[in-house]
Amino acid sequence: MAAIAHEAHGHHDSHHDAHGHHEENFVSKYIFSQDHKMIGKQFLMTAVFMGLVAMLLSILFRIQLAWPGESSDFLSFFLGDEWAPNGVLKEEMYLGLVTIHGTIMVFFLLTGGLSGTFSNLLIPLQIGARDMASGFLNMLSYWFFFLSSITMLASLFVESGPAMAGWTVYPPLSALPQAVSGSGLGMTLWLFSMTIFIASSLIGSLNYIVTVLNLRTKGMSMTRMPLTIWAFLVTAILGVLSFPVLLSAALLLMMDRLAGTSFYLSDIIIGGEMLANHGGSPILYQHLFWFLGHPEVYIVLLPALGLSSEIIATNSRKPIFGYRAMIGSILAIGFLSFIVWGHHMFVTGMNPFLGSVFVFTTLLIAIPSAVKVFNYLTTLWKGSLVLTPAMMFAIGLVSTFITGGVTGIILADSALDIAIHDTYFVVAHFHIVMGMSAVFGMFGGVYHWFPKMYGRMMNTRLGYAHFWITIVGAYGVFFPMHFVGLAGAPRRYYDYSVYGTFDNNSYDMIMDLNVIITVFAIIAAFGQLLFLFNFFYSIFRGPKAPQNPWHSNTLEWTTPVEHIHGNWPGELPEVHRWPYDYSKPGAEQDYIPQTVPLAEGEEEH
Amino acid sequence: MTGKLIILLVIVLGAIAIAQLVRVYELSYKMRKRGEHEISNRDNKLNGSLMLTFMILFYAGFIYLMSHFGWAGRGDAASEHGKETDWLLNINLWIIISVFFLTNTLLFVFSWKYVKKPGGPAFYYPHNNKLELAWTAVPALVLAVIIVLGLRTWNDVTAQAEKEAIRVELFSKQFDWTARYSGKDNRLGKFDYKLTTAQNELALMTSQTIDSAIFLMENGDPAKGQDIGIGKLTEILNNRDTILAPEDRQNMMEDLHRKERLIRSLYQMKERYDMKNDALAMDDIIQKDTLYLCVNKEYEFNFRSKDVIHSAYFPHFRAQMNTVPGLTTRFRFTPDITTKQMQKRMKNNQFNYVLMCNKICGGAHYKMKMIVVVLSENEYEDWFESKQGVTFSETLKMSADEESQEPSGETAGTAMAEAADSDSTATR
Repeated sequence: MAAIAHEAHGHHDSHHDAHGHHEENFVSKYIFSQDHKMIGKQFLMTAVFMGLVAMLLSILFRIQLAWPGESSDFLSFFLGDEWAPNGVLKEEMYLGLVTIHGTIMVFFLLTGGLSGTFSNLLIPLQIGARDMASGFLNMLSYWFFFLSSITMLASLFVESGPAMAGWTVYPPLSALPQAVSGSGLGMTLWLFSMTIFIASSLIGSLNYIVTVLNLRTKGMSMTRMPLTIWAFLVTAILGVLSFPVLLSAALLLMMDRLAGTSFYLSDIIIGGEMLANHGGSPILYQHLFWFLGHPEVYIVLLPALGLSSEIIATNSRKPIFGYRAMIGSILAIGFLSFIVWGHHMFVTGMNPFLGSVFVFTTLLIAIPSAVKVFNYLTTLWKGSLVLTPAMMFAIGLVSTFITGGVTGIILADSALDIAIHDTYFVVAHFHIVMGMSAVFGMFGGVYHWFPKMYGRMMNTRLGYAHFWITIVGAYGVFFPMHFVGLAGAPRRYYDYSVYGTFDNNSYDMIMDLNVIITVFAIIAAFGQLLFLFNFFYSIFRGPKAPQNPWHSNTLEWTTPVEHIHGNWPGELPEVHRWPYDYSKPGAEQDYIPQTVPLAEGEEEH
Repeated sequence: MTGKLIILLVIVLGAIAIAQLVRVYELSYKMRKRGEHEISNRDNKLNGSLMLTFMILFYAGFIYLMSHFGWAGRGDAASEHGKETDWLLNINLWIIISVFFLTNTLLFVFSWKYVKKPGGPAFYYPHNNKLELAWTAVPALVLAVIIVLGLRTWNDVTAQAEKEAIRVELFSKQFDWTARYSGKDNRLGKFDYKLTTAQNELALMTSQTIDSAIFLMENGDPAKGQDIGIGKLTEILNNRDTILAPEDRQNMMEDLHRKERLIRSLYQMKERYDMKNDALAMDDIIQKDTLYLCVNKEYEFNFRSKDVIHSAYFPHFRAQMNTVPGLTTRFRFTPDITTKQMQKRMKNNQFNYVLMCNKICGGAHYKMKMIVVVLSENEYEDWFESKQGVTFSETLKMSADEESQEPSGETAGTAMAEAADSDSTATR
């Protein structure tokens, strides 16, 4: 099989021979590849697929929210009679859809897809390394990710339904199958999937850290690294320190479910049965979960911010403003993210004094975030902007980072959080600041580095259309949600008919907004088809890319367009300057690649 | 069926449309000589102007939403601390709205203004320490104000309740709320989940309830059809003549172990129980469906959960606290607008305060609510007096009477259970 496959792809492989590299067969090139570029693309493909599934799930439950109880052929088409009898979504499946949507988006698209794709692709290329420190571990990292994706998808097809306790899977709801049907086999699969995912993430992160610290090429000091690499490095460190805690939380939950322990269970009567478990605490789980959960927000966000720093500097034709302040704020955000988890738990009955401490630390994060925003703005100021689709998405990211970030100030204030905790205000906040920002960063990254990934260009016009539909659609979805939340509408409600029993005016308002939100969601979802088409079409038939399409300074653009094992055909490049010498006075061109030695009398920035 | 066909048709047409798009694209690509990476001046300018247009539409949308829906949803705060919360929320909103406008405007205006012909000059400006210091210091100062104001309110809201505050317990289970008033002594009776029976749903602790819990544990609870006691279980398992399927035997063994563990702690409880505590529970009043509160009286709510985590959310009183199995949580507030006054203010005589569940708790989570009615002092006193006939001691007496009247305790128990069942379905 391998031999036949090789023959079929012999043509593509010919360039390898020309460079005198060893031959690869289909399996070692496309499937069990140990090449970081291929692994990056594998992560991207898997994540794009997972993202599509999660988006579809969100459309399904948005239909229910906008038109509750109305029969929908779309629902019965995808969910069948089992979960949508007569085209009306079942209550429990609604919770299942919400749960799996959240899980896939946070972990599989924005963690695996973003950090997995771009750390793999860019770390060796931008620091001047032949590959990751361990190609084999890197391959394992992808295959664990793949396995956990399959397990998570499989849980959607279980008879008793997928996990239904929300993406945070708080026990006792997630621990007791009597409480909700998804807490049976579906939840077990969820826990298995996440365990494998954590293994994948750990192996990957350790690899990234070692590679960045040890394999930088000559002259690439830490303060000459592009901000992308700084972001990936800090992201990987956050992952290594926090994911094991989630693993412990998941293991204890697994023990409570399968071995009869009482880590999270105490004094419970469920389904008429009095459980003998005594002395556990469901709050313990929340502490463990959010000890990962909050750094996770920055695991998602930092790579997006790193990518956009690079894209904005390149396309403004200006150095990123305040390079060292940017590194400082990445480090500050990374550090602070470990001491703020309690702000998710202000109303759990936690000691109010402890709450005060978390208010303080959480609001501190606004400072490095503000520094980042102002630095982006100053980078744009008096630039010579080239609005490539990647640049548009990076600008969009700055906008969503601001819009979603400022509402965080309200939620971090415990006194105010009491009134809007777990309402749609929260949903709006984190979808804008984490979801939209990270997705925009990811799209920007794909448009910008597509020539590096596939040696071809994506279509620019379709890229513009995709950007405008996405930003209008996504803001149209998440902006009105603030007002649904301010009206006090709780999240994770199957429908809001309960409002009809005590306040008709609010009910009408919530329903109006819900319809608007769903319509925008459907528009935004269709907009993504443009991206999909552009992406897959360009892989095969896009025009050939030049070596350095964006006139960028970083090292990846000094590699040949055709991928080769080891990245550079000859010696590794030597670095002589920082990566942001754009429009430097006295230079001939408006960019000076890092490999160009300093001219006589030239000062490093 | 037609719907499914339509969906399939849409998919097929979509595929054809995309195929057409491919052809158009290929043709147009051949026409142009420029590479995809070279952004034309026209595209650049167009998108720059669109950035500005988007900003204006975005702001218009924001202002429209804010003016229509900003505070419409839940009206004025109906509790003392809620007024403080709203004041603080307004201050914070104005701060973040100005930051939102300022930075977004800079962003989109820059994206429009500095769009140049690709290759045009840019200003080399790598850093400026003074500027960076300024926008570290200014946000820090603003945040200091936000933190100080926020913590002041937080400390007020979470302070201990006064001694005179009325104690009310809110008991949550899938999928309804039950309130328990502390009665004339203003002290809530003790409880333990192991005492839960059909007659004692809130598991209050009195010497009588301990005894009946032990009795039921030993002899089975007839209210729950299949439930058999320790005595019967031991008998079945020890009887060598009965042949049990291995699974059944396993299940019965587990059931027995569980019950033996529970009854051991029940006996311990009985040993340690102080009879004086009976009085605490006896005057408690259990109230379903509607929670009645008295205006301008401070309340301390004690929250309990029977099964999973719920969250007691009173949007109009700006109050919220999770209910956690195995843990009592507390929140205090003072309602200061009666329901009738609020109905006038909202110009809606159907309006009511509400207590909703705000933590995902299972399929019918979205239906789990309790209407809250705030009465004037006189009305409240009348209501409270009318409830003196249904204190917990009366409930106990009634169940004791029923048992003695009916020769077979089984039917009485079943009837009670059915009544309880129909109650809970009614609230759904």
